[in-house]
Amino acid sequence: MTLETILFYALSFVSVGSALMMITRRSPVMSALYLILNFFALAGLYLTLHAQFIAVIQILVYAGAIMVLFLFVIMLLNLGDEKKLSEKMSYKKIIPAGLSFGLLMELLYIVSYAKSDLPLTHIERATEIGTVEYVGKALFTDFLFPFEVTSILLLAAIIGAVVLAKKKLD
Amino acid sequence: MNNYLTDFWQATPIVSLAIFALLTLIVDAAGKDKPVLSYWMSLIGIVVAAGFSVASLGASTPLFNTMLAQGGYSSYCNLIFLGSAFLCIVLSRNYLERLQYHRGEFYVLIILATVGMMLMAAALDLMIIFLGIELMSICLYVLAGFIRKKEKANESSLKYFLLGAFATGFLLYGIALIYGTAGTTNLALIGKSFPQLSHNSLFMIGAGMLIVAFSFKVAAVPFHMWAPDVYEGSPTTISAFMSTGAKAAAFAVFVSVFIRTFDIGGTKLSDVLAIIAAVSMIVGNVTAIAQNNLKRMLAYSSIAHAGYMLSGIAAGNIEGETGILFYLSAYVFMNIGAFGIISWMEQQDDKKLTFDDYAGLSSQHPAVAALMAIFMFSLAGIPPFAGFFGKYYVFLAAVKAGMTWLAIIGVLTSLISVYYYLRLVVLMYFRDGQASIEEKVSAPAMAAISCAALFLIVLGLYPSLVVDIAKGFFKI
Amino acid sequence: MLEGYIPIFVMLAGGAAFGIVMVKLNELFGPKHPTEEKYTTYESGMEPVKSARERFSIKFYMVAVLFILFDIEVVFLYPWAVTFKGLGVNGFITMAVFIFILLVGYYYVWRKGALEWD
Repeated sequence: MTLETILFYALSFVSVGSALMMITRRSPVMSALYLILNFFALAGLYLTLHAQFIAVIQILVYAGAIMVLFLFVIMLLNLGDEKKLSEKMSYKKIIPAGLSFGLLMELLYIVSYAKSDLPLTHIERATEIGTVEYVGKALFTDFLFPFEVTSILLLAAIIGAVVLAKKKLD
Repeated sequence: MNNYLTDFWQATPIVSLAIFALLTLIVDAAGKDKPVLSYWMSLIGIVVAAGFSVASLGASTPLFNTMLAQGGYSSYCNLIFLGSAFLCIVLSRNYLERLQYHRGEFYVLIILATVGMMLMAAALDLMIIFLGIELMSICLYVLAGFIRKKEKANESSLKYFLLGAFATGFLLYGIALIYGTAGTTNLALIGKSFPQLSHNSLFMIGAGMLIVAFSFKVAAVPFHMWAPDVYEGSPTTISAFMSTGAKAAAFAVFVSVFIRTFDIGGTKLSDVLAIIAAVSMIVGNVTAIAQNNLKRMLAYSSIAHAGYMLSGIAAGNIEGETGILFYLSAYVFMNIGAFGIISWMEQQDDKKLTFDDYAGLSSQHPAVAALMAIFMFSLAGIPPFAGFFGKYYVFLAAVKAGMTWLAIIGVLTSLISVYYYLRLVVLMYFRDGQASIEEKVSAPAMAAISCAALFLIVLGLYPSLVVDIAKGFFKI
Repeated sequence: MLEGYIPIFVMLAGGAAFGIVMVKLNELFGPKHPTEEKYTTYESGMEPVKSARERFSIKFYMVAVLFILFDIEVVFLYPWAVTFKGLGVNGFITMAVFIFILLVGYYYVWRKGALEWD
């Protein structure tokens, strides 16, 4: 086994494991912490795919900023004693669970049988495509317009946050 | 390296409206408590953008490395969105003043949402479609909850946001699968390789996920659950905007992705869309009968209308494209008109929203009742009004595409819809009651609604006005 | 290639190991004389009355959201800074427009008093 395969299996194990832990924890804070672990494992996976920029963003934005927001929301809602949350299985839970399980199986089936459908056009440039330089060059020339639109999108989000969440209005 | 900066001078409608959004925001932030300034600024912005759109109705040129189309089809769609935004803003002023929530941000958000819609219609790349949908949706999530003290508004905002975020997940997953199989997000390039790609199961799943995401935005069954609650809880003028502008934008994307890019006529995707259309027509119309709240009734009716228009998409031919464009032009004005009149009648704490509150309206306010009757007749698709020709064109497209069964379902469900639309008309004209409008309707709002009604009549008498323009966009 | 990340990995592992080892060493060698009294919240003073998990004010959330939005701006600055020399004047104008639009947002937030701790 090469270094990459070992890393891939190790990181995949951590990411799937932490994702499972996240959805099975009772305490929302614990869930959030497992989510952070999951984000780090994903960042590692991106690195093994030579996507350095995405890996950095994953840690900077997701593991950093978004998680702060998660924890704030958990504390903002402050649901209280989690142990009281009901554990009963009802048909209302079984049906969605069954549906999502079915969807998962379907996707796994198709993805495993449709590997040949994926074109592998970029493989020889794989090492350069994920670098910050490459992303930057693409972003500021060919994808210049989407980039500018992003600023408008962020502006709308800023207004939305103030309109909905500011304590006192004027 | 290509320099796309100069393209900003050419993408006039979108850029000018975005600049006006910024100016309005600056004005709103600089002068506190002067929302009237924002009101006027946003109206001027819309008029300017509409002027640029009219000027570029002719040819269409790709800009920014084929990211964005300027002119032609997109300009026509722009006019629909701008019309919807204009009416919504004019109607909102009094409505918000009455609720004491008249704030400048409201207008800025409407303008930004309109920019998002224009991006959706002009997109030549899946990435722009995504950004456009997000820009529109984020503004609408906020607008839905704009009346912060109202519990129902909060509920509707949250519901819309959660389900909308879920739909965004589908959209992104779909785009990722399409990008993975086609190797590009450019619509023209994807369209070129569609014949091969349509045998690729991953690509088809991606396309299916796009159907889910777009169907959510147009509120088609089974992705319609949010619509009644959101329309009921949101400020009425925003419900009007959501059910017209946002829906029109989603249909503009539907047309540009599924007909102009994928050319789905006769494929599996077309069957899927036909089934969604049929179910939407049936569920929307049958459920609307049972409603007593007018906002909910219009929500279900808008689901049914999404179904009618989807049958044009499922047909996937030129008749379908032009039919949808005509349908949208009519639908936007009749629906916003109906919601506008509801917003006049409505009183604090969601009072005066039921059918019975409209009993005898014609004796108190004959003009308002007449306008409402026009909108209801048009929504029901009764001949001299534009709504009839909208239905006629999309059903004709379905028949031409060999989907006669879909057209038959459409006609039968339209008959059902006549019941609940005319119920309101009967109540207004033939029932005694004390229906009244507490405060005087402002002159601009009255003028705007009257113009919408006039437009419906003109369009109903001369449908070729729009059809000829629309046909020009789709000739190959 | 991946081998290039070995120094980073070594540093991460070293940092984590240092933290864990120090805490464990402290535990191992530190004096431990636990008494009942030492386990109470305060040896003298008030008894704790309720859970320490108070409901947060929405003001914190407001700050966090605004932080994220401007954080994303930084994400775009990073590749821009790396490629700046190759982009020339156009690159500068592009970023100037982007930042100006967000600056309008900042001005709005500031004027509306969303940054004040009222």
